Amino acid sequence: MKIVNKKIINDVGGVRITQLDIVSADIASKAMPGQFVMLMVSHEGERIPLTLVNADKKTGIVSLIFQEAGFTTKSLGKLSPGESLYSLVGPLGHPTEVKKFGKVILVGGGVGIAEILPVARALKEAGNEITTILGSRNKDLLILEAELRETSDQIYIMTDDGSAGKKGFTTDMLGELLSKEKYDLIYSVGPISMRKRVAAASKEYNTKTLVSLNALMVDATGMCGCCRVSVSGQVKFSCVDGPDFDGHGVDWDELEKRNKVYSEQEKHICRLLKP
Amino acid sequence: MKKEPVKVKEVPAQLRVGNFQEVVKGYSEEEALLEAARCLQCKNPVCSSGCPVGIDIKQFIYHIRQKDYKAAYFTIREKNNFPSICGRVCPAEYQCRKACVLTKKGSPFASEEAINIHFLERFVGDYGKNNKLDVKTEKEEKFSKFKVAVVGSGPAGLCCAGELARKGIKVDIFESLHKTGGVLRYGIPPFRLPWDVLDFEIDYLKKSGVNIITNFLVGKAKTIKELFSQGYSAVFLGLGAGVPSFLGIKGENLCNIYSVNEFLTRVNLMSAYKFPEFHTPVNIGKNVLVVGGGNTAMDAARVALRMQKIKGLPLNTMVIYRRTEIEMPARRLEIEHAREEGIKFEFLVQPKEFIGDQEGFVKKLICLRSKLGEPDSSGRRRPIIIEGSEFELDCDLCVIAVGLKANQILINATPELKTDKYSDVIVDPETMESSIKEVFAGGDIVGGEGTVIEAMGMAKKAARAIIDRLSKKGE
Repeated sequence: MKIVNKKIINDVGGVRITQLDIVSADIASKAMPGQFVMLMVSHEGERIPLTLVNADKKTGIVSLIFQEAGFTTKSLGKLSPGESLYSLVGPLGHPTEVKKFGKVILVGGGVGIAEILPVARALKEAGNEITTILGSRNKDLLILEAELRETSDQIYIMTDDGSAGKKGFTTDMLGELLSKEKYDLIYSVGPISMRKRVAAASKEYNTKTLVSLNALMVDATGMCGCCRVSVSGQVKFSCVDGPDFDGHGVDWDELEKRNKVYSEQEKHICRLLKP
Repeated sequence: MKKEPVKVKEVPAQLRVGNFQEVVKGYSEEEALLEAARCLQCKNPVCSSGCPVGIDIKQFIYHIRQKDYKAAYFTIREKNNFPSICGRVCPAEYQCRKACVLTKKGSPFASEEAINIHFLERFVGDYGKNNKLDVKTEKEEKFSKFKVAVVGSGPAGLCCAGELARKGIKVDIFESLHKTGGVLRYGIPPFRLPWDVLDFEIDYLKKSGVNIITNFLVGKAKTIKELFSQGYSAVFLGLGAGVPSFLGIKGENLCNIYSVNEFLTRVNLMSAYKFPEFHTPVNIGKNVLVVGGGNTAMDAARVALRMQKIKGLPLNTMVIYRRTEIEMPARRLEIEHAREEGIKFEFLVQPKEFIGDQEGFVKKLICLRSKLGEPDSSGRRRPIIIEGSEFELDCDLCVIAVGLKANQILINATPELKTDKYSDVIVDPETMESSIKEVFAGGDIVGGEGTVIEAMGMAKKAARAIIDRLSKKGE
């Protein structure tokens, strides 16, 4: 649980995207793309899920990339190499389905781009043709472009202001690609609004679409049901049934609302304790 | 003249609802002596037949009467590893006290006159704890080369580990959460089972050589097979029943509808009642409804009421249950405590649909009235819905406490482990060995939702079988 390396990937107007490399041989030896960990910064801390971006079996080091957006991620970003987490458990959830699908489009938005990376590598390894679409508000906020360029056969960058790649949304590009050619799989991680639009766009073409969901969790072993989501009319626990689900079946509005259930407390604790 | 039962001291309701400190204060020595003196010391005692682990109740009460509390302690410890815990959480009115001859024949639970065996047990358990009475180990050299993996640090796992360690077997407990104790920690609130009581028992195990590895999820970080290849000679599964059941009605995923496990885990394990000092939040409402009639429902209601008090809200928490008070599976003491604290009860009510607002928060629960019909498979009278009886309850927070099912992660990761239709692990009832050789199981993962003492009984049985097996291997 010891942090061995810390990298500030991005710092735009004080909002940082940070990478921590942490020693955990048990997790590293078992982790598969798409899985996540639960961690606590301190014994007073809350348990939060973070997707494993990399797991090196040889060194026993796992990497996490997160935006320092809320109280706990800000506290996490304060830790330095040499310090340890209070708790780290994993790997959790089902790995992403990896096999030869054929032509695959990966759509990543914001810090979700980090979570695309291990899946991109695995799908490439499995012999898929990878097309990657990355989206961010502007050039400065874009992360891991070089790494994803390396694993992709084609890559498209979309920014809200056109400061990098094309101006527009990831779904603009997705729609364009889907209208021209048939694809076998779409995999998407990013803000809810983006994944929702990705799923809507791909549904038109009836293309299989997997999305990684970021529901709130407490134990993440199937015991609390905090992370329950509705998928194709059924209640699922994202922690043990997911985190990947059929994007066409997800009740996005419900997820969006449930993810805001503690927004008042979040504001309160950030004001009070200033992480 | 008939002696009156000795009432146990409790913190007055209006004081206790503002905090999470223990409600029942336990007997003083004088009170314990008075209560023990009421015991008839039957020639053929039946009380022990009501105890899932068969504690020699007559004998330990006899020792109390002789003021030989040490002997009383060791008498209980022969059968029960954690008397301080069981004396606090055992549903005695369905067990030993119901079997006591002073209970009226045909009563669904113990009569008030029945000896307060659980309070006496607690008195003795706490005496042992306070006087650091150590049960003698029976370490045997031949066991020192063996190590056993115990999965889960709840009542079953702790008990099994303790039994094995006493023989000198090396034990590693694997716990997926960051804290030990399982349901004793995340489920039972500290006002019923204070953490120092639990910590004492766990520290005692650690001192006796049990190694506890937290943050480790067997089934994900390691398979059972991998445990064996790491040199464990046997594995005990005390996985517990932690998967919450929901009602399966419309609107159940609205915000502020919690499973009882989520609500209690946030408040107990994560200390959300101390937010923001502790960082895990929990919401509370002005009109809290708790659905269910078991102990977890009572715990949730009493936790919710305390949260309302802490937040300066008017106390307004209501339990709704589909049968009547008689059929409630909760301990009578907890129902009484809940009522004293101001929790309201509505019986013969069946939830039908939750109604929410624009932001997705629950606002109302539509319910139906029911009446009792013929007994069902559980022996309790089945509730029958009364047509056209629909009514609404205001509800801005709801806790659903309608049962818990077997934890699934390790079971799903181990297809060769045979389970029944409830996904509980199937075992040989004599040895508690599962369909996989050298893999034993006990507690709620075997019997479904049960009590701490039942889990312990199974764990002891499994430990005996493991010791027996290793003993043969060692020859």
